[in-house]
Amino acid sequence: MNQVFTIAGTVMTIHLPAELDHHSAEQIRAEADRLIRTRNIRSLMFDFAGTSFMDSSGIGMIIGRYKMMRFMGGNVVAIRVGEAMRRILTLSGVYKVIDIYEDLPQQPGLY
Amino acid sequence: MMHQNEMKLEFDSRSCNESFARVTVAAFMTQLDPTLEEVADVKTAVSEAVTNAIIHGYEGRVEKVTIFCRLEGQELYVEVRDYGKGIADVPRAMEPLYTTKEECDRAGMGFSFMEAFMDSLEVESAPERGTCVKMRKRISRETDGGSDDECRDGTNARCGEAIGNRQERL
Repeated sequence: MNQVFTIAGTVMTIHLPAELDHHSAEQIRAEADRLIRTRNIRSLMFDFAGTSFMDSSGIGMIIGRYKMMRFMGGNVVAIRVGEAMRRILTLSGVYKVIDIYEDLPQQPGLY
Repeated sequence: MMHQNEMKLEFDSRSCNESFARVTVAAFMTQLDPTLEEVADVKTAVSEAVTNAIIHGYEGRVEKVTIFCRLEGQELYVEVRDYGKGIADVPRAMEPLYTTKEECDRAGMGFSFMEAFMDSLEVESAPERGTCVKMRKRISRETDGGSDDECRDGTNARCGEAIGNRQERL
């Protein structure tokens, strides 16, 4: 099983599964919230490199973590987003609150 | 006479069956020669309907969800049914961003996604009787300069192009 969460300093990356639905989103949610609460996480990155399916449950999980991070003064980005996932993120309006990158963001201070 | 084919699927309302359900419908519809994008659309819509049945219809109880599919000509018809709680106010439930379970990270986008990804959506529901979601989608048979045929042979690069082009048109 691949590592789902990697933490480097105050940045946590969540490597999303191939299919992000209600079932897999629930599993990620519990562990993500525990890590966000217990570690000093300032930035959260959702890594879509290996993801080819997402439904509104995935969107709900992402928006939920976004609200949590914003409440704590942190930020959230989506990285390595392909064409199909960009379509879902756009349709759902998530792109309005979360920056979406095709590759890895070049923003200094994010790592 | 138009070509017709039907199938029925019944499974437990466990979240691990969500992927089984959408992949099964996707496999059944391949007979219509859909594009990758059309398959993705149907998978998302089925996933939304099945997730609703599990979370809202049965609220975590393990009972049965059924899916009925019919292929008629180039049209896919999908019915997702549960015998659970039902919806008192269907138009309200279908409003974008409306959800009764915000604390569970529900985005309130399920019906909007079904509407966006399918050609038509109908919801029949009665409190304590259950909910039936009926969806239709026409599967195009046009070939964009042959690129769709290439897709079926597994040349993904060309597929990406075809999807890109289609998206620009949206």
